[in-house]
Amino acid sequence: MKLDPSASKGNIYRMSFLPKQTYTKNEATIWSIPNYWDIMAIAIIFTFIVLVAWGAKQMLGSYRLGDIIHISLNPIYLPGYALRTTMRLFIALFFSLVFTFVFGTLAARNKHAEHIIIPTIDILQSVPVLSFLSIVMTGFIFIFKNSMLGPECAAIFGIFTSQAWNMTLSFYQGVKTVPKELKEAANIFHLSAWQKFWKVEVPFSMPGLLWNMMMSMSGSWFFVIACEAFSVAGQNITLPGVGSYISLAIAEANSMAVIYAIICMLVVIFLYDQLLFRPLIYWTEKFEESQDDEERARRAWIISLFQRTKFLRKTTSLLEELAELWVNFKPFRTKPKASTNKRSTLLVKMHYLTLATILIFATFIIWDFVLVNISWHEIKYVFTLGLFTGIRVMSLILLSSLIWLPIGVWIGLRPNLAAAIQPIIQFVAAFPANLLFSVATMLIVTFNLNVEIWVSPLMVLGTQWYILFNVIAGTSVLPKELKLAAANFRVKGLLWWRRIILPGIAPYFITGAITAAGGAWNASIVAEVLKWGTINLHATGIGNYIDTNFNSGDLPRLALGTIIMCLIVLLINRLFWRPLYNIAMRRFDID
Amino acid sequence: MNNKQPILKAENIKKSFKQNNHQNLLVLDNVNLELYEGEIVALLGKSGSGKSTLLRIISGLVKPTAGEIIYRGKKVTEPAEGLAMVFQSFAIMPWLTVLQNVELGLEAQGVPRNERRSRTLKAIDIVGLDGFESAYPKELSGGMKQRVGFARALVVDPDVLLMDEPFSALDVLTADNLRSDLLDLWQSKKTNIKNILLVTHNIAEAASMADRIIVFGSSPSNIRTELIVDIPHPRSEQNPKFRLLVDNIYTLMTTSATDLGNAYRYKTITLGYRLPNVQISEITGLLDMLIEPAYRDKKVDLPILADEAHLNIDDLFPITESLEILRFAQVSKGDIELNAAGKAFAEADILERKKIFANHLLSYIPLAHYIRRILDERPEHRASEDRFLNEIEDYLSEDAAKQVLRVVIEWGRYAEIFAYDYNTGQLSLENPK
Repeated sequence: MKLDPSASKGNIYRMSFLPKQTYTKNEATIWSIPNYWDIMAIAIIFTFIVLVAWGAKQMLGSYRLGDIIHISLNPIYLPGYALRTTMRLFIALFFSLVFTFVFGTLAARNKHAEHIIIPTIDILQSVPVLSFLSIVMTGFIFIFKNSMLGPECAAIFGIFTSQAWNMTLSFYQGVKTVPKELKEAANIFHLSAWQKFWKVEVPFSMPGLLWNMMMSMSGSWFFVIACEAFSVAGQNITLPGVGSYISLAIAEANSMAVIYAIICMLVVIFLYDQLLFRPLIYWTEKFEESQDDEERARRAWIISLFQRTKFLRKTTSLLEELAELWVNFKPFRTKPKASTNKRSTLLVKMHYLTLATILIFATFIIWDFVLVNISWHEIKYVFTLGLFTGIRVMSLILLSSLIWLPIGVWIGLRPNLAAAIQPIIQFVAAFPANLLFSVATMLIVTFNLNVEIWVSPLMVLGTQWYILFNVIAGTSVLPKELKLAAANFRVKGLLWWRRIILPGIAPYFITGAITAAGGAWNASIVAEVLKWGTINLHATGIGNYIDTNFNSGDLPRLALGTIIMCLIVLLINRLFWRPLYNIAMRRFDID
Repeated sequence: MNNKQPILKAENIKKSFKQNNHQNLLVLDNVNLELYEGEIVALLGKSGSGKSTLLRIISGLVKPTAGEIIYRGKKVTEPAEGLAMVFQSFAIMPWLTVLQNVELGLEAQGVPRNERRSRTLKAIDIVGLDGFESAYPKELSGGMKQRVGFARALVVDPDVLLMDEPFSALDVLTADNLRSDLLDLWQSKKTNIKNILLVTHNIAEAASMADRIIVFGSSPSNIRTELIVDIPHPRSEQNPKFRLLVDNIYTLMTTSATDLGNAYRYKTITLGYRLPNVQISEITGLLDMLIEPAYRDKKVDLPILADEAHLNIDDLFPITESLEILRFAQVSKGDIELNAAGKAFAEADILERKKIFANHLLSYIPLAHYIRRILDERPEHRASEDRFLNEIEDYLSEDAAKQVLRVVIEWGRYAEIFAYDYNTGQLSLENPK
């Protein structure tokens, strides 16, 4: 139990008395009719529509198992590939969002559902993408026979599994923490569950969800290669896309092609960041209290563009009306009658009965599928592999903490620098680290380095940024007076680190380290196997084990690897990270 | 007024909350209340007296354990149309503009867009927020936010306006301003509001606004008394009738039902007593003030004391209550007077003060005594705070129990009767190394 010294009635949405802003009506600014901003905005919209249509047509093309999809390393094809990969990412993001809304809300509103959904997602989070992929790909290809949709769906599903979980958890947290008085206000004014969802829960959880969507998008680039190029029943399937392009470039050891791919991805990431995420962030900053108005200077140009257009402003208001129809859609407005107790208890019983059945069934399958096929000896061996990977992850987290802590603090203490650098780091973080793997492979081969050690840095290449982000954030929110007081009493050097900074940023730092470690585990399936042309480097570890068995289609071993990896990750989380986090929150949270 | 049919009736309302150890905590016990057309009713009580719970039961947000709410002849089981509420923390959605916030209730009713707009703009106009329609809440000051809260309630054209401490999150001037605007609106009869039910802990607020004041005792509350106010608006604080009324309410709220008329008897409290949320500095501060020549050796009128100390009268109550239960002063009938121990404390130096305080704490606060006894008895002289928390939760709600424990720990640490380690949550007899 924690005694909260600040047990005030303050709610997070309760606002300090900010200086009033002057308010001018938008209508005051009217342009003459041929508005060249209109032309620019229309051009953007039409380009978008045409591109999507083209991509969709390609996706629906025909495909028979055994067909060879030709991938060309000619950079001319790259924009097309990029488009198709991006579409896959966004379709997956869309489904992740739907999944998030359905299951996040369900878990937050219903405690029976919560008991199942949250632990399940916690486990799914640590299941490597490849394992999901291997489960569904045959199924999808079977369902959509003779169509490109089969492999497309499998790839999209794979990407989906690398995006959805953290989004769902964040949304669930958001809905759970909607302030009581806001809920009461929604009830007293008779908002239906549907309206409450769109008017209260979604906007309230949006800032956190948005951040997680951005992280998911970055994260999924990492797995695009695995998801676009896989093999089913001995057939290699390479979906046209950046991922396949890269995997071909790696197979042919074509470094120019890798560079083209890098440039192409940078452009794509830049584009959707500017066109989608900036405007969304801009929107949440509109109502978020914590945002300084200065910070909003980095406003989204796309919004300014659309605000300047005349024709499109009208279109926007049309869209607003549509949104309103959606939110106030009549059939959803009727309030559900409170279900009678008898019926609901019956439902709950049914629900738990179903669960028990599934559990028994699952145990049976695992037993029949895994344990019968695999000796105890091998299970022990896989555990050892897991420990190898675990040691890599832990030492790398330690190492990157040693590097990024001082740098993060240094940046965090300089607010201007932090503000300037934040978007850059965010951009770098979105860059898929596996593109650098080829460089690493060449280095390892050229200098004849130890594979076991030198693949490790690759595991944290993509996730170390979480540490840096959080350290910067933690340092910059430390009260200014605390820093001044430290200066006043001439607290310096080691004492300053020990007594001021480290305790001050502890909750942030640990959050960053937890996220980075989770990501590193997932990355191990990619990082422990390095390929460059004919060179194949394998490091001993569970990631390697899973990857090898995925490629050879050995399902029982793949399942075993997955289960053991999940177990180890869960154990480390429960026994190490979570207690550490709780201690940090309890002792050092400044609030 | 009373010969008419009530608009809303609360009959034998009982409310208890389930505790985590399966015990029930009774908050409201057999409360009866009737609201009539054309009156402002104030529910006045200290915090934790259950008045906000009663308001939420009336509104249909919370279900009573027993009893029922009858509104216009129908039983209220969920938020009813015709009842609108204004919240203490405003409860306006930060992501909606002023306009969107106000039209929320109409959207829920499915009012068509054009009608909705015109009604919304009218409501915004009435509360004086014209020109702020497309502003986001963060651009508004606290007073303006609460105006949005009022507009949102007015726009659904309610019959009864329920207000849960609507001015307590505002500074004094803003609150005054908003109160008088609300009264003007009420008297102008521009709206169809038939009754306003105001929950407050502010005596002056109740006295300046209400036609009828219902004073709540401490939880589980019964309504202690009801006062009819027939001073015409606008009520001036200088008006002798008004002063008398305020004084009267003070007396009512500081006198427990048993000691009316008798010689002074100190309040004896039990283990589960809800200790007021008061810091040591507030206790010593008030004692220091009462020892000044102007107040020493006489009964001091609480409203005057509040004025002098620049305290809101509601902030003064918990402090005087703690002086009373610690037996440093006698508080009755709206007056306070230091006793010998209080004087001795006020005149002592820091170390001596601690001794006196420790003595009183152990003698008169059963919880402090209990904690000390347990610590003495245990061979290692330490115990977890959770242990005591569980104990207190037999008597109080979880939040209240946490608060009480926090208070007793602070008092006990000051008195040096036990030590506390925040990180481990351990209470002990040893001093920190």
